[in-house]
Amino acid sequence: MAEYLTLFIGAVVVNNFVLTKFLGLCIFFGISKNLSASVGMGMAVTSVMTMSSILAWIVYFFVLQPLGLTFLTTIVFVVLTASFVQLLELIIKKQAPALYNMWGIYLLLIATNCIVLAVPLLNVENSYSLLKSIVFAIGSGLGFALAIILMASLREKLAYADVPKPLEGIGIAFILAGMLSLAFLGFSGML
Amino acid sequence: MKELWNIFSKGLVAENPIFILALSLCPALAVTTTVINGLTMGLTVTFVITTNNVVVSIVRNWVNPKVRVPVYITSIATIVTVAQLVLQAYFPELYKALGIYLALVVVFAIILARAEVYASKHGVVKSFADGFGMGCGFTLAMLIISVIRELVGAGTILGMPVFGDGYNPMLMMVLPPGAFILIGYLVAATKTWNKHVEEKKAKEARRMELMKGAES
Repeated sequence: MAEYLTLFIGAVVVNNFVLTKFLGLCIFFGISKNLSASVGMGMAVTSVMTMSSILAWIVYFFVLQPLGLTFLTTIVFVVLTASFVQLLELIIKKQAPALYNMWGIYLLLIATNCIVLAVPLLNVENSYSLLKSIVFAIGSGLGFALAIILMASLREKLAYADVPKPLEGIGIAFILAGMLSLAFLGFSGML
Repeated sequence: MKELWNIFSKGLVAENPIFILALSLCPALAVTTTVINGLTMGLTVTFVITTNNVVVSIVRNWVNPKVRVPVYITSIATIVTVAQLVLQAYFPELYKALGIYLALVVVFAIILARAEVYASKHGVVKSFADGFGMGCGFTLAMLIISVIRELVGAGTILGMPVFGDGYNPMLMMVLPPGAFILIGYLVAATKTWNKHVEEKKAKEARRMELMKGAES
C-alpha cells in the first residue's frame, strides 16, 4: 500500500508533469487563460490518460513483448493513443451529447499530445504492473490538473496587473510558471 | 538557387519554430540543461523533419486527403524509431540522457505542421529545403538556450569550465524553474527585437515617401 501511495504522491507533486518534466506545455499555456476551461481540461486529460495507459499496457505486455516487437513501441503507442482518443470522441458524441458539448473540444486537442503519450511510455519503461500503471496515470493526470488550475487562477489575477510591455502575454506566463515550478521544487525532498 | 536559400533561411529567424512560432516547447525546456543534450536533440529533430518532409512530398499525390494525418503520423513515428535505434546503438549515453523526450519527438507540433502546411503542397527539393531550414532554426534555438543554461547554471560549456574556480554556479538555471524563466525573457527579447526591426522599416518607408514627395 505504501508503495502505491509513494508512487501517487510522487506523480502528483514531486515529479509534476508540467512543472518539473515540461510535458503538455502547449495545452498548459493555451488553456490556462480560463479557469473553467482548465478544470475541464484537467479532468479530460486525467480520464483519457488512465484509459489509454490501460490499453497500451495490455497491448505492450500481451502483443508486443511476446512477439519480440518492442522496437515498434513508439509507432504502436502513437497510433493507439491517437485512434483511441478519436474513437472516444465519436462514442461520447453519439451516446452523451451533453458531455460532448462540455468536453469534446478538449478531446480533440489532446489527441496527439505529448502528455498522453508519455504516461504509457513511462509505464512500460519502468515495467510497472497494471495496477501501478493505473495509479501512476491517475496521479500524473491529477498533477496536470493541479498545475493548470493553479496557473489559471493566477493568470486571472494577472489580467489586472501592470506587466512590462515586452513581457505581456506568453512571456509573463512563462515566468509565472517558473515561480510555480520553484514552489514545486520544495516538494522534492518529500520522498 | 536563390529561391531555395529563401525557403531555407526563413526557418532560421523569421519563422523560428521556438522563438516565433512557439511550437514544440517541451523539449526546448527539458533537454537543454547541457549543450551536448540540446545539440543532439536539435540534430535529431532536423533529421526527422527533413526526412519526413521528403517522404510526405514524394507520396503527396497518392495519399487520399481524408487519411493524410494518420499517414503523416505513421511516417514520422517510423523515422523517429530509426533515429532512436541509431542513437541507442552508437551513443548509448546520449540516448539515456534524452530518455523519454526522444520518443516524444513523434508528437512535436512543428514536424506535423511542416508536413501539412508545406511538404504536402510542394516538390521534393523545396520540401527538403524547408524541412532543413526549420530543423536548423530549431537547432539554433536549442543551442542558444542550452549555452545560456549550462554557462550560468554550471559555469561550463560542453563540460569545459569557462569561468575558473572562483565562479559559484547558479544552480537554478539547470533546474526546471530556470528554464521557464529564461524562456520567458527570451520570448520578451525576441518580441522587442521584432518590434524594433518593424519600427525601423516603417521609418525607412516614411523617409522614402517624404523624399519622393520632395522630388516631385
